Amino acid sequence: MTANSLILLAAEAGQGAADQPEALPLLAALTIFVLAIFVGFEIITKIPPTLHTPLMSGSNAISGITLVGALLAAGHENQTAVAVLGTLAVILATINVVGGFLVTNRMLEMFRRKRPHE
Amino acid sequence: MDQTTIIALAYLVAAVLFILGLKGLTHPRTAVRGNLLGALGMLVAVLATLIHHDVVGYTLIIVGLVIGGLIGAVVAVKIEMTAMPELVALFNGFGGGASVFVAGAELTRPGPYEVMASARLGAPLLDASIIAAFLAGVIGAVTFWGSLLAFCKLREFQKFRKPWVFPGMQALNIGLAVLCAALLAAALMSPAPVMMFWSLVVVASVLGWFLVNPIGGADMPVVIALLNSYSGLAACATGFVLSNSVLIIAGSLVGASGLILTNIMCKAMNRSLGNVLFGVLAPSEADATADEVYGGRVKATSAEEVAMLFDNARRAVIVPGYGMAVAQAQHAVRDLGDLLEARGIEVEYAIHPVAGRMPGHMNVLLAEAEVPYEKLQEMDAVNPSFAQTDVVLVIGANDVVNPVARDPRSAIGGMPILDVDKARTVVVVKRSLSPGFAGIPNPLFAADNCLMFFADGKKAMLDLIAALKEA
Repeated sequence: MTANSLILLAAEAGQGAADQPEALPLLAALTIFVLAIFVGFEIITKIPPTLHTPLMSGSNAISGITLVGALLAAGHENQTAVAVLGTLAVILATINVVGGFLVTNRMLEMFRRKRPHE
Repeated sequence: MDQTTIIALAYLVAAVLFILGLKGLTHPRTAVRGNLLGALGMLVAVLATLIHHDVVGYTLIIVGLVIGGLIGAVVAVKIEMTAMPELVALFNGFGGGASVFVAGAELTRPGPYEVMASARLGAPLLDASIIAAFLAGVIGAVTFWGSLLAFCKLREFQKFRKPWVFPGMQALNIGLAVLCAALLAAALMSPAPVMMFWSLVVVASVLGWFLVNPIGGADMPVVIALLNSYSGLAACATGFVLSNSVLIIAGSLVGASGLILTNIMCKAMNRSLGNVLFGVLAPSEADATADEVYGGRVKATSAEEVAMLFDNARRAVIVPGYGMAVAQAQHAVRDLGDLLEARGIEVEYAIHPVAGRMPGHMNVLLAEAEVPYEKLQEMDAVNPSFAQTDVVLVIGANDVVNPVARDPRSAIGGMPILDVDKARTVVVVKRSLSPGFAGIPNPLFAADNCLMFFADGKKAMLDLIAALKEA
């Protein structure tokens, strides 16, 4: 089974739960979690050691996905405490996301470029 | 299509883009595009979130995005490639910190368990989301403070040169972990878990600091990979708090990635994760002292002598280590490699998995110096070829080429090494005979086919290039 079909399956499990509010959301979340771990293992083991540093910084940028939760909290402006916590989270997560993707791009460009004098 | 469905579908698109992005990283040719796909996924997820009806004001969001974006962009553009390990550590920490704040904000909301209908996968589950919030708090805080300390160690700030070890530290760590569990149990029974949450974050912060505190030097790749995994798991736990699918998927992808790298690093040192985190690497009884190993058998050499070695050489292998990063010698190394190739010598670079301070550290530095990645050979691929190699040039590496590792009784016994001693001649560029991170002498330096070139890595390369051009 390919990585993509696994994840589509996982997403379908989640969608199904959303249609039926009485279904256990935790189970759907767990399903997604476990399947995503498998997808992760399948893909990451195929990444060559030469790219392990970009992998770390790139996956690190992806872990900045917490930004989504941070935005929801920061946008909750009618409650100050929540919004302040959210804003702090937005700052930290954005550093992680913007810095992570940019620096990964910088590194990967170095792996790709060819030397002009050859 | 209602807003809820649009957001859910956008999150699905984002998750698929993350997976395709990581898939792109399986080859250097597709890696740049892969990274862009990941960034695109992030953009989709962020834009979808901004149309959420929970978002009632944009002022703070814009403030946060601008501040964070500016800091991130400036750091990413300015940072030197040699500083990559500490930068990754720092970014890891920020991800963990963000997860703590998000989980805290979620607990602080009035009626936190009925929010975010769209991102939720179904009806709320009270206890599970409290447990998830506390997990996010613990993992996030450990990640944040652990990474901050790792950053300080990697930057080699004076105060952090020596780990601060005291008796009973393990007991203290266990106590802190138990305290975390107790706080969670108390929160599950308490009507107001918010205070418990922040107490937990404080305890976990101390724990994160103490966990990373005793670890240093060559064990840093393991720590960084593990913290990388934690930052993903913290995001994942936050996903469970918000019942948000894209957080769970992205978080577990990163968690898996970090765990795999941790495992690879541990294997490359033949040590268990527990041994790296809690054990002490000390010379064993079987390891000889420096005097026994070196006594009168070490041969020092000069740039001119090494240049002559290359006269009849057909194949040379360069073995870089952390010393090359410290000396910023990667460009000089590349120049030397070019010069040798121009003379018809086959040149390859042998990379040990734990060379440097993070997984793939040497590869990035050599890529910066524009060494084609095809010339970088992994340990298993290059080891059989050392017997047919005329000259091996070891630059700032020690433990990863120490033949003592073949003796199971040694402290580093069983650690896979680069078999450089099988080559016809080995030249070791090193500032002194001081031991590597493992603290044991290296019999390679006293071997009959080994010459010691005592110098700073960069200066040695420049001298060698000059000598080769003169000859």
